[in-house]
Amino acid sequence: MTAATATFASAPAGSASALMVETRTADIEVLTAGSEGPDIVFLHGVLGLEPDSDFLRVLGARTRVFAPLLPGFGAAPDAPLVRTMLDFTLLMLDVVEALPVVDPILVGHCLGGMIAAEMAAIAPKEIRRLALIAPLGLWLDDHQILDVFAMTPREITDAWYVDGARQGVPDLDDPVQLEAALIRNARQLGTAGKLLFPIPDRGLRSRLPRVKASSVLIWGAEDRYVPPVYAAAFRELLSRSSTTLVQEAGHMVIEEQPEAVADAIAGLFESSFLTGVNP
Amino acid sequence: MNFTWFNLMPWPDLPSDLRENHRSVWVDLDSRLFDPVRGHHVYNDYLDLLEFADQVGFDGVGVNEHHQNGYGLMPSPNLMAAALARRTTNAALVVLGNSLALYNPPIRVAEEFAMLDVISGGRLVAGFPVGSSMDTNYCYGQIPALLREKYKEAHDLVIRAWTEPDPFAFNGSYTQLRYVNIWPRPLQQPHPPVHIPGGGSVETYDFCIDHTYSYSYLSFSGYRRAGQLMKGYWNAVERRGVDDSPYRAGFAQTICVADTDAEAERLYAKHVDYFYNRCLHVPPAFADAPGYRTIKTIGAGVLSQYSSDNRYDQLSWRDLVDGGHVIAGSPDTVRERLEDLIKSLRVGNLFCLLHVGDMPKELCKHSTQLFADKVMPGLRDVWPEYADDNRFWPVPLPERAIPMTAAAVVP
Repeated sequence: MTAATATFASAPAGSASALMVETRTADIEVLTAGSEGPDIVFLHGVLGLEPDSDFLRVLGARTRVFAPLLPGFGAAPDAPLVRTMLDFTLLMLDVVEALPVVDPILVGHCLGGMIAAEMAAIAPKEIRRLALIAPLGLWLDDHQILDVFAMTPREITDAWYVDGARQGVPDLDDPVQLEAALIRNARQLGTAGKLLFPIPDRGLRSRLPRVKASSVLIWGAEDRYVPPVYAAAFRELLSRSSTTLVQEAGHMVIEEQPEAVADAIAGLFESSFLTGVNP
Repeated sequence: MNFTWFNLMPWPDLPSDLRENHRSVWVDLDSRLFDPVRGHHVYNDYLDLLEFADQVGFDGVGVNEHHQNGYGLMPSPNLMAAALARRTTNAALVVLGNSLALYNPPIRVAEEFAMLDVISGGRLVAGFPVGSSMDTNYCYGQIPALLREKYKEAHDLVIRAWTEPDPFAFNGSYTQLRYVNIWPRPLQQPHPPVHIPGGGSVETYDFCIDHTYSYSYLSFSGYRRAGQLMKGYWNAVERRGVDDSPYRAGFAQTICVADTDAEAERLYAKHVDYFYNRCLHVPPAFADAPGYRTIKTIGAGVLSQYSSDNRYDQLSWRDLVDGGHVIAGSPDTVRERLEDLIKSLRVGNLFCLLHVGDMPKELCKHSTQLFADKVMPGLRDVWPEYADDNRFWPVPLPERAIPMTAAAVVP
């Protein structure tokens, strides 16, 4: 009996994707892109993922991408039973198991990177190739990660993008936009807070050495949210990893330099379970 | 009517450039602004005022809980209630209250409230606020999206600890205990009356009705704006088909009494200004952590009263009085306005914020004495049909211990 079932036909109203995965604890909407090449499962970050994202398009040109939306992001109902790091990790492992993927490369950005790293640590035999893009999950006292829960939308975009001023933010003096923004934040940042509040650390440090996957760490050189010094911290704990620093990119490197990120992920295409992983 | 004398206990020396040069009065206010020597006198003055309120006949004296806050110096309301338990005689100890999710384990609340109830001879009102986002999320690190669930579990544990006489195991998501068996037990049975201070979340109405708790709305925006919110509560009462005793509801109101209306402005305007200008300075970033408010409450249009929409600092004395934020004036003026408040909101419990901002002790005693002598008596019996409703107020021991006085000890 499977823990989760994937249904291709139904999707919640307002959703652009055609794929829903039902698990014991949550219904997960999955965006898809591409049809050929290696299978990729992509876990998004705190700012969510839009169906028309450049990154999905760029990845989809070379791979078959399945991008599950975390509870609270997208049109699927919220998931009050998904509370802890373990809950999120097992939920996503269930989702991967239900998807029609073969030996997928697990890719995670930001919050999604934190979850992807945990998945690879908890299930080292199942996750054999891992790409972490500016992942959360470690905490360095000397390089403290900004508290997004105490920042305005403008402050967040300024910190996360190299050129934050070009990003639009909701006009909070307009009551209609304010209410929409409050509801979106309650759902998205409310979910993110379960893993990141008050400090974005749920103990990954002690589990990361369990990871057996071939890994790449991808970082924007100007990331002001999770600074590149964290790449070295991850590198120390991941036994089989390499690092790619992407120029002219900040924390939102997947939006700012999607091709460079896709190139770095492509470095994993030729890796397989025969390279240093016990079958 | 039950009149509770209440003071937020603000720090009286916040700098005049607070808004310009400090980002918040709450959470990360510069700790160097607190001078413990001055604080010694400030706390003792405030306790003097609370004891004075008991002496002049207030039904209750109130304390509350805030953390890391320049306008609320009581991170532990139970310590203040303990300081008052032996030095007050008749007033209820209204602890408004213990923010349940912040006590680990929650049975500490059950134990401390039981101690207060027993030591005071059954004078405790037990308040269980969820707590503001500043206190619960930013100061005490509680995950916003899980806070209400944790609070609810803590509440259930406290009520069981009070009411189940045999030891029991509690296997909760947030607390696991094998032998819950608190000593002492509360004096009032089945437990002290419970008040829930709410800030607008619509779920709180049904919670109060379900458990026969009194819903208190504590807001700085004054009674005129509170009308809509209280209407929501009374609609829920009607929908649920329970009685509409006004003691099901309470309201906190800033009140200043002088001999004349003009005198009230002369005496109190600068202290009211201190409160609204310096004390209510919270940046949008700290106002409501994402996940703190439910979607339902956001959809009902309830915004944090700390949001930058509420620019209290731009309001004059006239604005504050006319808008009902402050009820101020001669005893007649105050009595009239309060009668309007009490009837329009339909409240039986009034929490009288008679100390405001940086008001000095003697001035506050003046206002308090005028209120006790010339305002309270005329309002006591506004709800004669409900005079026997004792579900929401303490029923203390008729004969209580009289604390030994210091004079008796000197040889």
